[in-house]
This record gives sequence, C-alpha cells and structure tokens, in this order.
Amino acid sequence: MNGAQDLGGMMGFGPVVAEQNEPVFHGRWESRVLANVIATQALGWWSGDASRFARESLDPRFYLTRSYYEIWFAALEKILDQHRLVASDEIAAGRSLREARKPERVFEAAGAAAALRRGWPSERDTNTQPLFAVGQQVRAKNMHPTTHTRLPRYARGRVGVVETIRGCHVFPDSNAHARGPDPQWVYNVRFTARELWGPNADARHSVSIDAFEPYLEPA
Amino acid sequence: MSHADDHDHDHDHAFSELSDVALRVRALETVLAEKGLIDPAALDVIVDTYETRVGPRNGARVVARAWSDPAFKARLLADGAKAVAELGYGGRGGEHIAVVENTASTHNMVVCTLCSCYPWPVLGLPPVWYKSAPYRSRAVIDPRGVLADFGVTLPEDVEIRVWDSTSEMRYLVLPMRPAGTEGWSEERLADLVTRDSMIGVALATAPGETA
Repeated sequence: MNGAQDLGGMMGFGPVVAEQNEPVFHGRWESRVLANVIATQALGWWSGDASRFARESLDPRFYLTRSYYEIWFAALEKILDQHRLVASDEIAAGRSLREARKPERVFEAAGAAAALRRGWPSERDTNTQPLFAVGQQVRAKNMHPTTHTRLPRYARGRVGVVETIRGCHVFPDSNAHARGPDPQWVYNVRFTARELWGPNADARHSVSIDAFEPYLEPA
Repeated sequence: MSHADDHDHDHDHAFSELSDVALRVRALETVLAEKGLIDPAALDVIVDTYETRVGPRNGARVVARAWSDPAFKARLLADGAKAVAELGYGGRGGEHIAVVENTASTHNMVVCTLCSCYPWPVLGLPPVWYKSAPYRSRAVIDPRGVLADFGVTLPEDVEIRVWDSTSEMRYLVLPMRPAGTEGWSEERLADLVTRDSMIGVALATAPGETA
C-alpha cells in the first residue's frame, strides 16, 4: 500500500543525524518489544510480512511521528487484536481477562539461540523457470495495491536492467495476507538515477532493488 | 531487570509518553505470558543475543578476513551468507546476504527505504538513523548529500551504487582496505572496520585515525 513507510525520494526530513555511542536499545521496553514480536511471530500464526504490513498500514500521521519501537509495538498490539489473542482492555488491566487459542508450541528458551542461529530462510525450491534473464531490460509495473508490496513507488513505471537472479523466494505480497507463500523469482534490477529522478540527476549514480517477478514486465 | 530500567535513556524524549509505552509493553508481556503464548525466558535469550552477542564486530572480522584472504573474498562476493557462516555467523535477518565491494571507482551504500532491513548476523540491529525518515528518504535520491552528513566527500568520478534492500536479501558493504596496512593481522585490520563503513556511509578508518 502507498503508506508512510514508502519514503524513498521524499524530501524535507532534514539531515541524517547519527547518535554517538548509541546503545542497542534505548530503554528496556524497546528490547522487550523486539523480543515479543519475534516470539509471537514464531507461534506460526502470522508471518514477518504480516507484521510489516501491520506497521505500514498504521495511520501515516502516527508512523511519521513515532519512534521505531513505538511503531513496532502499535503494530504488535494491532496484530494480536486481529488474531483475538490480546485485546486492549487486557493491556489496560495488565492481566489476561479471557482465554486465548492455545499454541502448538511456544518459542522456548531452550531452543531460542539455535532458532535465531538458523533463521527463517525465504528461498524455496521451484520447478518454474525465471521469466527474465540477466542483462534484460525490464520495467517495474505501475501498480498501486492497497495490500502489502515491496515495490517502492519511486521505481514504478521505470526501466532497469536485470543484474542478478536471486533465486525463488516467498512472495511477501501474498504471504502478508495469509494467502500462502506463493514463491516467486527475485531479480536484482539496477536503475540509473536519471531514469528514476530525471535528466538533472547524477550520471554516476544508480539504485538497485530486489524485485519479485510479478513486479516486472518486459521493456 | 528492575522497574527503573524502563526509564533509562528515556529522559531525552517525551518522558511521560515513553513511560506510558514502557508500562503498556510490560502489561502486554504479562498478558501474553499468562495466556501461555510466550516464554519470558526465551525473550531474555533474544534480547541478550542482540544486545551482547551479535553486532558489527562480526562484520568487521568478515571484512578483515576478506582483506587478508583472496579465496575467502571470492567466496564472500559469490554467496555472502555461506561465506560468513565459515566464521560462525548467520541466522535471523541474514538468511541471504549479498556483499558489495567498494573500489577506487565504485562506492556502495545500503538502505531499506520501506522498513529497516539490515544484515543482523554481521552488523547486529540497525542504528536509529538507519531506520529514520531522513536516511530512508534521501539515500536513494541524494546519496552524496547523505555522505556529506557523515562527513564523507567522494571524488566526482566515483560511481555511487545504492542498494535498496528487502527482507529477503540483506547487504554488507566490503569497504576498501586502507593504505599503509600491508602485513597487518586480521585482528588489527578488524579494528579499522566501522559499522558505518559496512553500510557504506563511511570509509574504513585509516591507520593512525581515531576509530
């Protein structure tokens, strides 16, 4: 969706300011938000893509004015409510007020380090062939889904060149909405800055994105 | 952890608002635990992993190895995730890693305009600026301006390649090895490799420069 998360090319946010000696977390609550997001996602009832969509579908006015972990927490509350696991009155009360669906397994301390070390790879085997070849010109589609997508607005309608085929990966546009992994080929596509930003752009600047096959058409 | 920990570092921001968030987070965690949906001890493992075990020192060791061992560098550029696994790194947020090499003629910079994708196993969790609107908005349209914010000016004839990453493929920049480091051990070289140089908003530290 064309939400506030799609920031590439926007102007007016000011300079990038790096914090010196920045801690990993600014307060314990940030670390618990991250951990709760990872642990509840591991229940298997929704994907990381669904979590991402929950963040980017927050009100843009909220998204642009809150800190990163406030956004994560608001999205976690939303997704837990959508799945009828935790309601806002329970957070207000600070205790469980009703039973929730029982998980087959929880993310347990005993296996936690090993699970993080394994990760959750998105690449899948496939018997399909990629539609596009390395070196081929492709156009990113002019599309504006109201659902999750990983095609940034600044690339839509623009022509680039396939530089690498990344393999076949779980398709976030489908997976975010519980429509299954629907694996798709992923291509690294390089756009010149002039194609993206016009003739006055720096001739020695390009931007590359990893685009799922359904985002692309021959050019 | 004591109650007071929730308020550490918060004093620079809107105090009452953030304390409210801290209380809500605590309440949510209590509810989730009561319902049997989380194991709080597993949460401690997650926090400990990213607070103390996984961070940019990992990436620095990878870069130092690549500077020292041409065969490793070739494997790293061919399949980043597979090569960093040789040093024991991998997993969540770095299941697939692409490594892009800076040269005298090409400078690479990594951003995630849509969220905050970042190669966790080699760099840890991203800093606030990497996730912020100023960086995400400008890196793709004005990378030289962003570099200037970091005090970096590249010659005009250096090509800048920006990589707008997604969750599936995370990027690590292999910075240029500084001159005057011939014969250095990997351990000594790793001290020159900053986090920012592996994101592509800085160069590796030159010998004698303060890191």
